[in-house]
Amino acid sequence: MAAPQVHHLFHAPIADHSFSSDRQTLAVARENNVELYQQSGNKFALSDELKGHEKTVTSVDIAPNSGRIVTCSQDRNAYVWEQTPSGWKPTLVLLRINRAATYVRWSPSEQKFAVGSGARVIAVCYFEEENDWWISKHLKKPIRSTITTLAWHPNSVLLAAGSTDSHARVFSSFIKGVDTRPEPSAWGERLPFNTICGEFLNDSAGWIQGVSFSPSGNALAFTGHDSSVTVVYPSAPEQPPRAMLNISTRLLPLNSLIWNGENEIIAAGHDCEPFRFRGDESGWQLAGSLENKDGAGTGGAREESALNMFRQMDLKGQAQVDTKLKSTHQNTVNTVRVFQESAGQVSSFSSKVARSTFSCLQNTDILLSQRSRWTCRGLVNLNSAVS
Amino acid sequence: MSQSLRPYLQCCRSSLTAALAISNFASQTSERHNVPEIEAQSSPELVLNPITISRNEHEKLYIEPSVNSVRISLSIKQADEIEKVLVHKFTRFLQQRAESFFILRRKPVKGYDISFLVTNYHTEHLLKHQLVEFIITFMEEVDKEVSEMKLFLNARARFVAESFLTPFD
Repeated sequence: MAAPQVHHLFHAPIADHSFSSDRQTLAVARENNVELYQQSGNKFALSDELKGHEKTVTSVDIAPNSGRIVTCSQDRNAYVWEQTPSGWKPTLVLLRINRAATYVRWSPSEQKFAVGSGARVIAVCYFEEENDWWISKHLKKPIRSTITTLAWHPNSVLLAAGSTDSHARVFSSFIKGVDTRPEPSAWGERLPFNTICGEFLNDSAGWIQGVSFSPSGNALAFTGHDSSVTVVYPSAPEQPPRAMLNISTRLLPLNSLIWNGENEIIAAGHDCEPFRFRGDESGWQLAGSLENKDGAGTGGAREESALNMFRQMDLKGQAQVDTKLKSTHQNTVNTVRVFQESAGQVSSFSSKVARSTFSCLQNTDILLSQRSRWTCRGLVNLNSAVS
Repeated sequence: MSQSLRPYLQCCRSSLTAALAISNFASQTSERHNVPEIEAQSSPELVLNPITISRNEHEKLYIEPSVNSVRISLSIKQADEIEKVLVHKFTRFLQQRAESFFILRRKPVKGYDISFLVTNYHTEHLLKHQLVEFIITFMEEVDKEVSEMKLFLNARARFVAESFLTPFD
């Protein structure tokens, strides 16, 4: 496993982040704006700012092929940003919601995106050529609370959503004229808009914080606030699932998860470090942390001189103060995203592929979710270089 | 540290760490608002069950978690009248300066002496494990502080009484 790359961007929480497909551009939500960073050398330098939202930006996503950026915020709006010669141009999306927008993701086809909201609806948005705007259709039937997270199935029709009403649901977001008819799968054969293909309750009725489809789309994993990860294997349309496996852990709740092949899940959350789960239909288990904590990867070695010890005793009345956690992250991890993957990951992959994917996953997850940090020399340098 | 204090503080520490798993969450009942759900109590599904950790009937910690905020109330040991007065004055002094303490609540929850309100803004801008550390240190120190004040008060009373009564010797 390669050592993680750590980039200190600024001293503020990061709600969400997204890398472009060439991994050169990083979009980061910072309070009411989205900042774009370009890689220069082995650093990320601020290149642009997307201003327009009036309240905290909750989510940002870069479409891998078209390079369009979609952002959503607690001011109830979403914008699609397109690069023009004169800079980034925003287009307002007609979301028709009256509460905060909480989460946004492009579908793999990039024809649509879904916006979760506190208005108990998911707005599935697509571009209407005649009027030249992005309009939305609402998925709202059984949702009883705020949508916290969304994930797309590889076929761009099925959409998984987690919500604070403790349910993870799988919907069809088929839109005539935009989507091609999907192949029948275990989730369903005929899939008109707002078909509920699955509805799963968290075991101890905790809020759902993260959902994700496996690379093949034939399994769904979600994390709940009861620190568990649940993996669901559907059997056939309208049938109870073939297997629904709950892995309860003694960790703090996990916020976000990604699949690494069909038999491995990487999840991170309030424990500030990523964990690995392994298994298949017959059973899943926690395979430990991804971080090697006794290594020197946690930044500069702490000074352990006698002078320092006596100074601490004088100031604090104790010999040693542990102000730093041993993990790379010092605060909650909000989002984990795939940084680099190879085609092999989806169909079949060799261990070599897995390893390379894996180290990069590790990288991503660093870049992504730095929350507040106290002092860091690297950070100061970066800021001065920017300004 | 006395034998029963250690497990009590240990229990408080792990409960607080678990309860502080909070995230940014905009109100789902009022438009364009973002309020601590534990104070608003607008949707029952967003508020978790509260827990009480008690060492004895006087020393208790009450934790009320929700999706984006946690309310932590502390009951401080008060053995006699003097301690009662001292604790009241001491908490009043702190609460009047609540904004410089960030997480301190201006009014305690009923039945407790002092309350903290930790929201997602605090856990995002401060280090979470340090917040827990702060509350634990506060719990440790406040007892020490109160008994020190009591000793000082007694010593002073004795001194005053002595010097007042010298002329009558």
